[in-house]
Amino acid sequence: MTEFSQFIQKIYSDTKAQLPDCENKTILRLREKGKEYFDEIDFSSLLKHDKRLESLQHLDATSYQIELQPPTYRPVEEYFKCKVKNIDTQMSVFLNGWFVHDHQPLVVSPDGLIVGSIFAALKQFPELVLPYLTTNNRDKKNEMFAMNKMLFNDGLFIYVPDNLIVEKPIQLISLIDTAKNLLINNRNMIVLGKNSSLTFVQCDDSIHYQKSFINNATDIHLSENSELFYYKMENKDPDSLLFNDVHVIQKSHSSFYSNAMTFNAGFLKNRIDVNLTAPFASAKLYGLYLVDKQQHVDSQIFIDHQVPDCESYQLYKGIADDEAIANFKGHVIVRPDAQRTLASQTNRNITLTDEARITSQPFLEIYADNVKCNHGTTVGQLDDAALFYMRSRGICERNARMLLMFAFANEIANYIKIESLQTRYKEMIRKRLNGELTVCDQCVLHCTKFLKTEL
Amino acid sequence: MLKIENLHVSIKGKEILKGVNLEVKKGEVHAIMGPNGTGKSTLASVVAGKEIFDVTAGTITYKGKNLLEMPIEDRAREGIFIGFQYPVEIPGVSITNFMKTALEEIRRYRGLQPLTEIEFRKMMKEKEKIVELTEKLSNRSVNEGFSGGEKKRNEIFQMAMLEPELAILDETDSGLDIDALRIVANGVNQLKSPDNASIVITHYQRLLDYIVPDFVHVLFDGTIVKSGPKELALELEEKGYDWIKAEYEQRKKQ
Repeated sequence: MTEFSQFIQKIYSDTKAQLPDCENKTILRLREKGKEYFDEIDFSSLLKHDKRLESLQHLDATSYQIELQPPTYRPVEEYFKCKVKNIDTQMSVFLNGWFVHDHQPLVVSPDGLIVGSIFAALKQFPELVLPYLTTNNRDKKNEMFAMNKMLFNDGLFIYVPDNLIVEKPIQLISLIDTAKNLLINNRNMIVLGKNSSLTFVQCDDSIHYQKSFINNATDIHLSENSELFYYKMENKDPDSLLFNDVHVIQKSHSSFYSNAMTFNAGFLKNRIDVNLTAPFASAKLYGLYLVDKQQHVDSQIFIDHQVPDCESYQLYKGIADDEAIANFKGHVIVRPDAQRTLASQTNRNITLTDEARITSQPFLEIYADNVKCNHGTTVGQLDDAALFYMRSRGICERNARMLLMFAFANEIANYIKIESLQTRYKEMIRKRLNGELTVCDQCVLHCTKFLKTEL
Repeated sequence: MLKIENLHVSIKGKEILKGVNLEVKKGEVHAIMGPNGTGKSTLASVVAGKEIFDVTAGTITYKGKNLLEMPIEDRAREGIFIGFQYPVEIPGVSITNFMKTALEEIRRYRGLQPLTEIEFRKMMKEKEKIVELTEKLSNRSVNEGFSGGEKKRNEIFQMAMLEPELAILDETDSGLDIDALRIVANGVNQLKSPDNASIVITHYQRLLDYIVPDFVHVLFDGTIVKSGPKELALELEEKGYDWIKAEYEQRKKQ
């Protein structure tokens, strides 16, 4: 057993009596189950893969702590303002791992839409939450999920009833603002009823430099003919560890669209598992990671074509500068029954220095014979011929490089369907590549200024 | 304006240009002709600043300055334009954005204010007309998915936008059908003025029916072996290059 697993287990045994709903037997059983799996995992070999993760092996109990109580309520406007112009969203804010609300942890709209804290939802609508919370058994293969199951303290719950088209996007903002080094396990759940539609925007930001360890798990259930547009933006400071584990279950004719952009990170791992469990479901996944200095971003995708006539599409792009590391691992499995599957996977990368490292591992596992699958992966440098061509028109090398990188990265932003968000993300890409966007001048939030004066 | 003296250029140890001398003055049009593989494109590339070529001897002076020491982008900012034989595709960068950036940098270098958005758009429209480029094309990525003819027209369009003092067109006519050739030549002629000069590199006389040169030079075996008035081009068209080769061999023996 590593120091890391000892540390997590100690936290669990110290805090389990204080974790939310500790008196609820189902929840307790869930946590115990998570612990069981967690105990079985051999962290020493897992952690060896990366230098920064190796440091996890030497965590002691003082490194990180769990916030067992929600912070006192302050109106969100006091410390956060979204910088996306003209975007009208229903905003849910998490501060230090807790849902921020003024005595209303769960909002049920007249049209049946439910948004709020997962534990409030569990209390009020156990029949909506419990089935999804308990049936998931992905913890066997997934150490971070097992840990989340043990320790989750809060999370966002969204329920969209049948036939409801939610016009206003729901935005989830996770902020950290504390002098402590926090360990946060949030469990989010998004359930879409039949013929419903939702746009969900998730922003992971940190407000100021403090070590943090966030381990989020998000469950998404898409009923027949529903559609979810899922946008994710990550802009984290260098001392942060962030694990995002998204698990999607799709019914027939449902469609899942995801677009994940990472602008800054310490160590970050985005994992998406998509299960296509009924015919004519489709999943489209886009991703962009721009890393420099000693940042590390992993994107791990698993798509399970279990039945015939589904389609999946992946396009991930990345640029690594300085000594940054990015890994892409994409696994598509086409089960024997999944005839007429369409699956496509593309991963394109640019390394700007000799020290930057990008690993791309495409993996297609196909057991059906009547399918169309393709994959392509590249890791390269900026095109010298194009650079020369641009310079010969009077553009200096720096700007020529910038134009090329921007063009490369922009492609992913072009797939964003909300115009104001697309504009904002493109601006962030431009700033990021210019070296103007760092976590300290907080792109999406101008909360830094706010808080610094306040603190 | 441009003075090339005793230029020797090699690539990977192999000498390609073996002492080229050429002087181009304001208002002049020069044609450089010659069979394939004699160094015509190398000459254009060296003026452009392609780094794979080694200049082993000789000088290139442009407006009194040592061109060979100028960074690539400064050559353009000083007024040199190269129309490339094989224009590069740049996915994701629109022609509009490309030209805007280039113009801005060139103008800044010359101490000029950047164009306003309206001025820039107006200029784009005017220049598009010259080469019969549709607006649709200029919103596309630079050269991406363009036909051969569109790429060449796009080169001339860029030339029109950047208003160079010295334009070098490297085999701009290759791969063009007669209509495209007319459009390209027309563009070049419209941009001609007493203040600028151009060098047209070609191995067919065809283009010279439209762009009438003041001087014709024949580049062979890395040197200019013959220069003459525009009639020289017609003679070459009629008799081919063999007599030039023979003359050259003869001279070499002596």
